[in-house]
Amino acid sequence: MLEVEDLSVSYGAVQALRGVSFEARAGQVTAVLGANGAGKTTLLRAISGLVPVQRGTVRFGSRTLTGMAPESIVQCRVGHVPEGGSVITELTVEENLELGAAWRYRRRQRAEHIEEVYALFPPLKERAKQRASSLSGGERQMLAIGRAVVSHPELLLLDEPSLGLAPIVTANLMAVLVELTEREGITVVLVEQNARSALSIASWAIVINLGSVVVSDRAEIVAADSDLRHHYLGF
Amino acid sequence: MRLFVNVTLGGIAEGLIFASVALGLVLIFRATNIINFAQGAMAMLTTFIAFSVLGRGVGYWPAFVVALACGLLLGGAVQLVLVRPVENKPPLNAVIVTFGLLILLEGIAGAIWGNTNRSFPAPFSERGLVVGKTSIAFSHFDVFIVVAVLVLAGLIGALFRFSTLGLRMRAAAFAPEAARLLGIRVGRLLTLGWALAAVAGALAGVLVAPTSVFSPSYMDLILVYAFTAAVLGGLDSPVGALVGGLVTGLVLAYVGGYLGGALEPIGALVLLIVVLMIRPEGLFARPTARRV
Repeated sequence: MLEVEDLSVSYGAVQALRGVSFEARAGQVTAVLGANGAGKTTLLRAISGLVPVQRGTVRFGSRTLTGMAPESIVQCRVGHVPEGGSVITELTVEENLELGAAWRYRRRQRAEHIEEVYALFPPLKERAKQRASSLSGGERQMLAIGRAVVSHPELLLLDEPSLGLAPIVTANLMAVLVELTEREGITVVLVEQNARSALSIASWAIVINLGSVVVSDRAEIVAADSDLRHHYLGF
Repeated sequence: MRLFVNVTLGGIAEGLIFASVALGLVLIFRATNIINFAQGAMAMLTTFIAFSVLGRGVGYWPAFVVALACGLLLGGAVQLVLVRPVENKPPLNAVIVTFGLLILLEGIAGAIWGNTNRSFPAPFSERGLVVGKTSIAFSHFDVFIVVAVLVLAGLIGALFRFSTLGLRMRAAAFAPEAARLLGIRVGRLLTLGWALAAVAGALAGVLVAPTSVFSPSYMDLILVYAFTAAVLGGLDSPVGALVGGLVTGLVLAYVGGYLGGALEPIGALVLLIVVLMIRPEGLFARPTARRV
């Protein structure tokens, strides 16, 4: 279980998160929703150590992640797929996946885990030796997710995986995510502007506005609340 | 014809020396977006250290190893102490730091060893090889230059291409934040990158020293030529650095051989201007746009 308690982050004079608290239950998808600039991305970046935390704590399982460097947080089995995927376009698809596996597995074992990713995302296998710069938006997102899950994380932070993708591509991606989380029992925190698709696979949802949590409830209740949808979720 | 052959051979040997310094510039630029103006001065310092070691009666090869090892340490130390504080700051900060280091190192070398011209030994004969009955302007030492630079470039290339460490270094250079999220200790790898770059420089330092006057400023002009080579090759391509070095060496050799040696620096300048006018991104630049 991921426990975030009273988390505050500021960029200079701008307060991005104001005392955010929530829990992401083990083995379930927790959706983090909210408008542009609400602080969703900052929340994920604070959990994975990319931005310094002003106040509050982040615990995953028995460990306190607050104050650790991102490269150490990864080793606590936390995978982060940043906004836009940030695949390394100068490297090939396979090299990107190698890097995802390299901190955890020796060279010989990597191939096997990379094959598992190819089984999840077959288009990646066809393009294994091509540079990631040649991939389409959907394939890049597949690669970004594959690169995070190749090391079998226990917690997966996903930042807007549907950004810029066609609805059908998003639907496929979500289906694979559901399959993966159920099979491996991964705890997922899914940040989305596309609230509808996120709520369709999440069991719990929190809504953030101006750096604070305004709602935290079961996903179907959030989805059914028309006021909430109208004010914060835009559908 | 004979002049042409001799000039070409000389250009190749000299070009590979430029390539070695350019390789160091490129390794640093693509990892940290910094032009290391002290690349030549660092090589000068390591060569002077080797010179001191030689003066104590140690043989050439131990001194050669000392030069490269000092390059490794010096490169790492410079990155840790001087460059790390200016990372992610305006680019001018890094320019001033590396330029300041150039002046500082030349000053220190002048204070310790004096600003007089000295001579640095070569491990092999510098007399031209004899092919058939004629002697050509390519010596055993030139053969050594070619082999040494190609071996070092090959080793560095293999490290980047085939090892996990090299893959991590490339990731750290291209996308530091994504690399950190994959458990890569980016800071350490940047230090290692500077260290390797300084080894390439140190090698050039000991290869240049026997063929020119040897004083604290002897690498200055080499740095200018190497910079031309690096820009020609695309500034962030190691292969480009090698090709750029060879082309620069050949162009300067032809200018020197046919028009007169005094025109070589102008030749480099003209080459640089032509490259920047016709193909400013260089011959081997990465196809993707850089983030700004």
